[in-house]
Amino acid sequence: MNVLALSPLDLAIAASLVLALAGLSLRLQLGVERQLLFSAARSTLQLLLIGVVLKVLFENAQLPWVALMAGVMVTLAGREVMVRQKRRLVGGWGFGVGALSIFVSSFAVTVLALLVVIGSTPWYAPQYAIPLLGMILGNTMNGIALGLDRLTQDAAQKRQIIETRLALGQTWKHAISDCRREAIRVGMIPIINAMSAAGVISLPGMMTGQILAGTPPVEAVKYQILVMFLIAGGTGFGTVVAVSLAARRLFDERQRLRLDRLALPKN
Amino acid sequence: MGTLHLNRLSTRHVGPIECRVEAAECVCIHGASGSGKTLLLRAIADLDPHQGEALLDGVGCATLTPPQWRRSVALVVAESQWWSEHVREHFEHGVNPDWLERLGLPAASIDWQVSRCSTGEKQRLALLRALMQGPAVLLLDEPTGNLDQDSTRRVEALLDDYRQQQSAALLWVTHDPEQIRRVARRSFMLRNGRLEEDRPR
Repeated sequence: MNVLALSPLDLAIAASLVLALAGLSLRLQLGVERQLLFSAARSTLQLLLIGVVLKVLFENAQLPWVALMAGVMVTLAGREVMVRQKRRLVGGWGFGVGALSIFVSSFAVTVLALLVVIGSTPWYAPQYAIPLLGMILGNTMNGIALGLDRLTQDAAQKRQIIETRLALGQTWKHAISDCRREAIRVGMIPIINAMSAAGVISLPGMMTGQILAGTPPVEAVKYQILVMFLIAGGTGFGTVVAVSLAARRLFDERQRLRLDRLALPKN
Repeated sequence: MGTLHLNRLSTRHVGPIECRVEAAECVCIHGASGSGKTLLLRAIADLDPHQGEALLDGVGCATLTPPQWRRSVALVVAESQWWSEHVREHFEHGVNPDWLERLGLPAASIDWQVSRCSTGEKQRLALLRALMQGPAVLLLDEPTGNLDQDSTRRVEALLDDYRQQQSAALLWVTHDPEQIRRVARRSFMLRNGRLEEDRPR
């Protein structure tokens, strides 16, 4: 492949953009310069690290190592979902609901794609498995975090409505149905928007990366379509599972709305 | 038929409370703001965790499914809540046009948009919404709180008829001593988490 290797100087030039932005933030008193620099540094470090990890993983392509890597990724995604909630479920539920639904949907979709669609040998070949899982995981995590955040916020705000519906003899499922539907919809909007805009307004990162690395555009496009559909499946099913589990958890065995199971929002 | 029995019912700072409301009886509760009147009604409707038990005609709350219990023991909250665009969508079994008229609401009000109803109209419609389920017990949290005198009298009259015809038990929270005199023979003051019976008249 005819890849033009990037030198550290090339990266430094790109980094100067971020520095300039931080300077502007300081000048305009936007107050985001610290966050900006910190997240830029964090992403550099994380990506360099994953580059090394993937290199090692590719050289030791055994199922236990691939599974370990996947496990770590899912755990971190579950944690990320939890910290993004304004009102998260208390106890282990905040992490559990997110991690479980991410696990169920991302793993199912990734394994399906590896076994049935891509058919690499072995099926867990890390060169395919890890990037694919990463992309699906990242998007699923987003959808689930948005959906859960909306659900818990909505339940807290519409408490009186939900309880009136319960008082009229509606089941908990019926009483929360509007909030649940809205939360699932909110979780799925980003991927629906991404699919609509793909190719016309935005060139998705994965495909762009492949083209930059020398893959013929038509091949790259086919992979992008595959990945889009996998992301849509993972996000959609994951959000449905997560929002449904969380909605169930908001009610107790006597179908009472239990907002005491949500942590109070900070500040 | 509906006899409501509170058997050592307690929730947060309210209770334990022992009280019976006989079928076709109306009992009023009053007390300072924050004394827990609403909390008590919520516990009876099984909307909050509580100790002790509420029984309807000797049948404990826990032996019925929550929707069954709440349809029989209906809570009507002070501030009516609505979730759909139109009034009709909130009435699962339609509405009795006679009742609309008795509360001074036009027959067309069932087709109104909720956002165009006044607070008082919404409060009366919310009461009808609960009555249409035919509850045996009504837990009323200031049901005439936003109403003028004429509407208040209409609500009192309709509830009085409902109580007699259905032998329903009414537990009525109100701040108005005149209203207590009009609608109930027995009344209690909720103070320090206990019900203290007012002097019989």
